Parts: sequence; C-alpha cells; structure tokens
Amino acid sequence: MSTANANHAQHSEDVRQPQLAHHFDTLEQQYSSAKLGMWAFLATEILMFGGLFCAYAVYRGTHPEVFLYAHHFLNTFWGAFNTVVLLASSLTMAWGVRAAQLGNKPLLVLMLLLTLVGGCSFMVVKYIEYSDKWEHVSHHGSGSFSLFAGSRNAFYTEEGEFTDPTAVGQAVRYGESKQHHDEHAIAHTNQAGDLHDAPAKTLEHQSKHATEQGHQIVDATAAKTLDFKSVQTRPMPTDRSDIRRPAPAPQGLSEAFEHIGGIPAPYETLADAGTGHSVVTWEDLDDRQQGLVSQFFQIYFMMTGLHGLHVLIGMGLITWIMIRALRGAFGPSYYTPVDLVGLYWHLVDLIWIFLFPLLYLIH
Amino acid sequence: MHAHEVWESQYMSATPQSIPTDIFGKPVNPQKGDSYLTHDRGILSWLLTLDHKRIGLMYMVVILASFLLGGIFAIVLRTMLAMPGANQANHASYTDEQLAQISVNNDFYNQAFTLHGAVMVFMFIIPAIPAILGNFVLPMMLGAKDVAFPKLNLLSYYCWVGGGLFFVWVLGKGILNTIFPGMVEFWGSGGLDTGWTFYTPYSTSTGTAATAAVAGVFILGFSSILTGVNFIATIHTLRPKDMGWFQMPLFVWGLYATAIMQVLATPVLAITLMLLLAERMLGIGIFDPALGGDPVLFQHFFWFYSHPAVYIMIVPAMGIISEIMSVFSRKRIFGYAFIACSSVCIAIIAFIVWGHHMFTSGQSDLLNAIFSFLTMSVAIPSAIKIFNWLATMYKGAIVLETPMLYAMGFIWLFTIGGLTGVYLAALSIDMHVHDTYFIVAHFHYVMVGSMMFGLLAGMSYWWPKMFGKMYHEGWSKVAAILIFAGFNLTFFIQFIAGSLGMPRRYATYPPEFAIYHHISTLGSYILATGLFIVLGVWIHSLVRGRPAPANPWGANSLEWHTKSPPLHANFEKTPLATDPYDFDDWRWDENVGGYVMNENTHHEEKTAQTK
Repeated sequence: MSTANANHAQHSEDVRQPQLAHHFDTLEQQYSSAKLGMWAFLATEILMFGGLFCAYAVYRGTHPEVFLYAHHFLNTFWGAFNTVVLLASSLTMAWGVRAAQLGNKPLLVLMLLLTLVGGCSFMVVKYIEYSDKWEHVSHHGSGSFSLFAGSRNAFYTEEGEFTDPTAVGQAVRYGESKQHHDEHAIAHTNQAGDLHDAPAKTLEHQSKHATEQGHQIVDATAAKTLDFKSVQTRPMPTDRSDIRRPAPAPQGLSEAFEHIGGIPAPYETLADAGTGHSVVTWEDLDDRQQGLVSQFFQIYFMMTGLHGLHVLIGMGLITWIMIRALRGAFGPSYYTPVDLVGLYWHLVDLIWIFLFPLLYLIH
Repeated sequence: MHAHEVWESQYMSATPQSIPTDIFGKPVNPQKGDSYLTHDRGILSWLLTLDHKRIGLMYMVVILASFLLGGIFAIVLRTMLAMPGANQANHASYTDEQLAQISVNNDFYNQAFTLHGAVMVFMFIIPAIPAILGNFVLPMMLGAKDVAFPKLNLLSYYCWVGGGLFFVWVLGKGILNTIFPGMVEFWGSGGLDTGWTFYTPYSTSTGTAATAAVAGVFILGFSSILTGVNFIATIHTLRPKDMGWFQMPLFVWGLYATAIMQVLATPVLAITLMLLLAERMLGIGIFDPALGGDPVLFQHFFWFYSHPAVYIMIVPAMGIISEIMSVFSRKRIFGYAFIACSSVCIAIIAFIVWGHHMFTSGQSDLLNAIFSFLTMSVAIPSAIKIFNWLATMYKGAIVLETPMLYAMGFIWLFTIGGLTGVYLAALSIDMHVHDTYFIVAHFHYVMVGSMMFGLLAGMSYWWPKMFGKMYHEGWSKVAAILIFAGFNLTFFIQFIAGSLGMPRRYATYPPEFAIYHHISTLGSYILATGLFIVLGVWIHSLVRGRPAPANPWGANSLEWHTKSPPLHANFEKTPLATDPYDFDDWRWDENVGGYVMNENTHHEEKTAQTK
C-alpha cells in the first residue's frame, strides 16, 4: 500500500496538502465526495434496519395483544434514561464537530470523550437490561434462549397459514426434521411446566390459575387427546369462557395486509376504556398467543442487539478520531473524519429514537 | 471515404504498424511508454493496488473464474437432463440399491443446480459489469484519476474474494461429498440444496450447510454495497467541471442507476440473511412457521432485494449497448435523455414490483393485481431503450464488428426476455406457468442472455483499451454467432416445454419432454463451445495480438482520449469534457490501424470554443 501511495504522490504536480488524495483537485471536492459517500452508506444502514422494523410491524399487526403484554417486561425507566443519554451524546458529538471546524483541539477532545462516555453508559444500561430480560424470558419458554421458542405449535396448513389447533384435519407436519426438535421441546415444556411454580411468584401477572395451566400443558401433552400423527406439544383448548378472550388476530402476512386499513379489533378491546389502562395479563392471551410472547423478545433482542452493535462500532470510531485529534490531525481545513463519524453517531441515535417508543412505550 | 469502407480497409489493407501510438497517431516509445500494467511490478503491486484499473482486472479474473465454475455446472445439469435414464422409468421395478443410487443422483442434481444458480447470480451476473468494466472505465469516462474512494474499492474486492471463496468452498464440499462419500470425514459436510433463493422454511430445516452459505452471500453483499457507494460518490463529485449530468456517457448513467439499486436493495438482503442465520443458529422465529414466524415474509424480504438485483444485472449492460450502438452506427445516439432517464426509471420501478414473484404464495388478490400492473409498467422504460437503439441504427453506417454483433444479439434476446416478462406479469398466465421451464427460459433470456451479451459486448469493446492488444476479429465473430445460436437453441425451446408443463428444478421428467431437453442440451454445448472460443481469442490476443491504437473504434468518450493501455494516472493532463457521441474529430489512419484525432481540431480548443 505504501508503494502505491508513493506512486500516487509522483503524479501530483503542485505542492499539495497532505490530506488531499491524488485523485481530487481540492479539499472541498474531497470533502463533498466523502460526505456523499457517507450519506449513501447511511441510507444502506436505514434500509437494513428497515427490514427489522418491517418484521416488527408485521408481527405487531398480527399479534397486537402479545406485544401489549410482553412489553411490560421492558423497563421504561432504563429505556428513557438511555434515550436521554444518547440524545446528550449526539449533542456533544455535534459540538465536537463544531470544535473541529473552529480548530479548537481541547474542546474537540473533551466533546469526543463525553460522547464516548455517553456510549459507554448506554451499553452498561443495555447490559443490565439484557441480563434482566434473559431471566424473564426463560420463565416463559423452555429454559434457554436458543430453545425458548422451540415449544411452539409446529403445525401449518399446506397453504402456509397457521392453523387453529382445533382444526385437526387440516394440520400437517411441516417437516420430518422438525419432529426431533419438537420432541426436545416437549421435554423442555415439561420442565418449564414444573418450573412454573417457583418463578411465577416473582411475576406480577402470574396467578395461581396460570400455574395450574402450566400443569394442564403437561397433562394435555401426556394425554395426547388430539389425533395428530406425531407428538403434540399443545394442550387442548381448555374451557376458559370466564376469561375475556380477544378476537382472533389476523394470522398470515397476506391477511395482515388486508387489515392494514385499521388497527385490528383485539387492540381496541384490550386497551380497556374503563380504566384507561391497557394491562394485558397472561390469562388474556389464548394458548397460541402465549406461545408467541417469546417472539416479542426475539424481535426485541434482534433490533436492540443490532443497534447495540452499531453503538459499539461508533464508540470504536470515536476512539479512533479522538486519538487522531490528540495528534492534531484536524483543523478548519480538514475535519472530514470527525464530520463523518458524527453523522454515523447521529444515525445510531436516530434509530434508537424509533426503537424506544416502538418497544418500550406500546399502548 | 465512408465509414464502412474505412472499416473494411482496416482488415483488407496491409498490416498496420505495430507501434503504440498516442491519440494523434504519433508513435510513443514503447520503452518509455509507461502504462498502468507496467507501472509497478511484483505480485504485491497488484494485490495491494489502489488503481481502479488494476482492481477491475483483478475482478475480471475472479469473476470470469466463477463464470467458468457456474458454466461447468450448467453443462453438468444439462447433461444430466439429457440422460435422466433410470430416474425416468417406473420406480416400482427397481431394487433398493438402484433406488438409493437414484436418490444420490437427485441429491447431486439439487446441489448442482443450487451451485449453478447461486454462483452465477451472486458471483457473476450481479457483480460482473459494474465490478469489471465499471471499475475500469468509469473514472476514465469522467476524466478522473480514480474512483472517489480507492481504498474502499480494494476493500470491496477483498470482501468479494473472501465471501466468494468461502461460498464456493461450502457449496463445493457438498458436491464433492456426494461424489466421494468418504471425503466427508476429511473436510466435514457442506453443500446447499435450497436453490439460490434460500426460501424458508426449507432453508431453516435443510441438513445442508445453509448457515455457512448464507454467511458467504452476506459478505458478498458488502462488496456490492461498497462498490455502489463508491460509484455514486464518484459520479457526483469527480465529473469534469464542464460535464453536466446530461453530457455523461450513457454507460455512466447505467452505472449510476445500478449503484442506487445496489445501495438501497442489498442491505435488505443483508438483514434478511441475518434473520435467517439467527433463525438457524438461535431459534429466533421470524420466518419459520414452527417457531411462530411467517415464511411469506421471507419471500417479501428476499424479493425486495432480488428483484432490484435483476435490474442490477441488466441496467449496466444496457448502458454498454447504448455506447456501442452509437459508435458502431457512426451516428449520434438517438434520444439520449430518454435513454438516460429510463435507466433511472427502471431503477425506481425495480423497488415496487417484487410481489410478482409471489402471485402463487397466497398474496391477496388486490396486491396481486397491483403488482401485476406495476410489473407491466417496467416494459415502458425498457421499450424506450429498445426503440432508441433501433432509431440510432436507422440510417447509420452500421459496422458489424464483434461488439456490435453482441449488441444486436442483446436487443434480440432482451426483447424476447422482456416480452415474456410481460406475459408473466399477467396473473392468469403466471398461475399457469409458475415454476415451469417457461420461467427458467424467461429469466435466462433476461438475466443471462442479455447480461452476458452486454458483458461480452463491453469486453470486446474495451478489450483494446484494457490490455493494449487487438484480438482476432474473425474468430471472435464466429464465437459471437455460435453463442447467439447456442443460447437461443438452449432456451427458446424451454418456453415451449414450460408452457406444456415441464416443472423447473426436477432431476427427471416424463418421456414426452425428452425431445425438448435433448435440443436444449445440444444448444448448451454449442453455447459452451462459443464461450471457449472467446476465451481462446482473448488468450491469443494477450500473447500474439497486435498493439492496439489509442482509439480503434473512433469513439469519443474520454477513455479513448488516452493511449492504450492507459497511463497509471489515466491521462497525461486532466481532459475537458467531450460530447461522447460526436465522432467528427476522429479520422481513420491506416498506418495506425485505428482512429486518430485531427491535428487541427485539438479537442480542448474545440471544447473551449463551443463554450
């Protein structure tokens, strides 16, 4: 690489500024080029997160009550705290860019340091939240992250739609290979059923009823009352006429699109007009919805996990430009890297601004 | 002298001087004649180069190698389909051993068509034109010394090489394990049998190495994104001061539209593959119905990327054809602004037609109808291009050199491919022919035929510039004709087989389809023969070819305003913009064997006068 750079230098006809690459005429041209490239890159980032937001929208549209229920496990205080931290760090970042433009090296380094501190606090809070969530999630699943979704209903019709577990005739096994997986899952379901006794007390939404239901799962599994070819992981729908049951949610993507005109009915009924509260409890969810609670956390972990990765990358970049700033690399004529890292950091901030209400503030 | 006489005289007359010349036909001393090929020596000067031209050549080597690999498997598939043999008869009469062998054959077939499709799509068709020809000529067309971010360009190359080698290794292992079952202990299992589309839920449950393969494609995607970002910044900021948007060569417009699609579509593929990986490795249930997900969501995500990807393949090829049509008709391009805008128009429409891949996946009728309508609207910008090319040829002095043969072949193939695309956009027809050979034929005409003809046209057009050597015109015309004939023989018959109900992706078929498969296989052998002749012509040119003049075709875009092969810094001094479709300044010079610029109309002065 050094050879190549040396060769490039031979082509420069005049004395050029050291930061000016050989193929640009002026620093302004180089700057506008770099900035445009960065914006194009940020567009790719937005599109990438767009996929996750899309998945979120689809599943929130199909299972609104599940999201309403599950989001209570997220800690709004920490979420809000992190929002403030990130917003503040965006301010210090922007201030740092200004300092670089003015050639104020001490201020630049200070601001970068403060931004870095903001990033660190964000990640620490995220760590606290993650370890907390990990505990909660395992109560609702089969004991571990990789398997907490494993006990779900593994049936769907040939058209790819989910099937009502009662519609036995239409249900088909969707793959031989899944059978093995499900048998594992059953073992875990049984464990989870047993475990329900102890942790249920720690969860405010859990009641004795739910504990009984946990046993019902085990019983129903053992009884094999349904006429499926293979082992059944789901209980017979029990008679729960005393419980307010939401209307069935749209279940496939195509149906979700048809519902796009308005919020599906269950959402309205669950947001209880009488109390102004929208507390959905475990009993409000039917069996299938209970099974889908883990899906909320999967989406939560994917979205915040990818965002957290970006925060870490941003912190690395800030450290890099801080070191360069300490060496006096930036000044009024050349501050491109500071500006670009600033743009990146603002994007990371912006994504969090969307993640916070979507995940923590569901009503 | 008329242009075509000029062209005849080029080959009828005595051998032109074999001395490298500059654009005015003055000989340059070969000893002192520095070029990008000879500027630095040693393997590291290539592997660590930041020169866009060298990176383009390095891309050429690896991308053509993947083309060879994908092509070999195409021939393997066609050969298997010509002799489905035992698979074809009644299974009941077979022993267990024979049935086991059939099962192995079918596994092999599944992995082979996946390898063919995935390698061709991700490693050849999508990157080929932007990465090889775009890298090589884009900065020169803009009169620039390099792309905007040379280091990023090199990084993009190594993303490609890393991801590509990993991907081929994973897929190749599966193939080798099927042939040599003992080797699985040596290097572990591998392979992929999902087709290049990775449809869930099969891709989340298959026993083949989908996880590793998806990771490979993920890395390849980064290469595409980085190239796109680089090209956008280059085109925006590195144009000469007097080159406005509508003075750019049309290939640059094509690359620009392509880069926009690469930047906006590829990250969606990245997140889709990331979710697929999470599903396979962590049990995250986004797509798998068994885990509460929706497999159709995968199809939406996948085609949101992969439909624009289809246009990523074709739009830069259209740019090449626009250049060649004008130069080899010796006539200004007809409808410049329409061709330029239709490229961007295709790029925009590309993002809103993905649903036509899911007419049979349970979409609502309303969505199907909307996507059907939008898909048909792609025909408008495509037809604008076709008609403008035809109008360019009309009353032009058409010169049937190799690039022009390919370009005319392109129009033929793209018209068939595009019109059958309109058939398929119609819901009722698509329901009938969905997942049949009709689809296979359609997308081969558009993706392979058109894009491959665009690439071959571009390669033969810029070959003298890239290597400073001319190639054997006669053999290369023979190859062009063989490729055209072979391609049509292979794929046209598949339209008929498909409309009669031959399903795609099957290793065997009822006897009544045998004739179609036999003809198709014969065509594929002819096609392969033609391609090997091209390879021979190229190698012969590198070894024996006469030195190329600075401008063998009389084109006027800026890359022809420097000697062949170009200098390390492309130009001796930064050129001013020219009108790429005004050929008046160049005259044929027999001694040089190419076009030279008229001494009295120094183009910089002329440009200055017209300002």
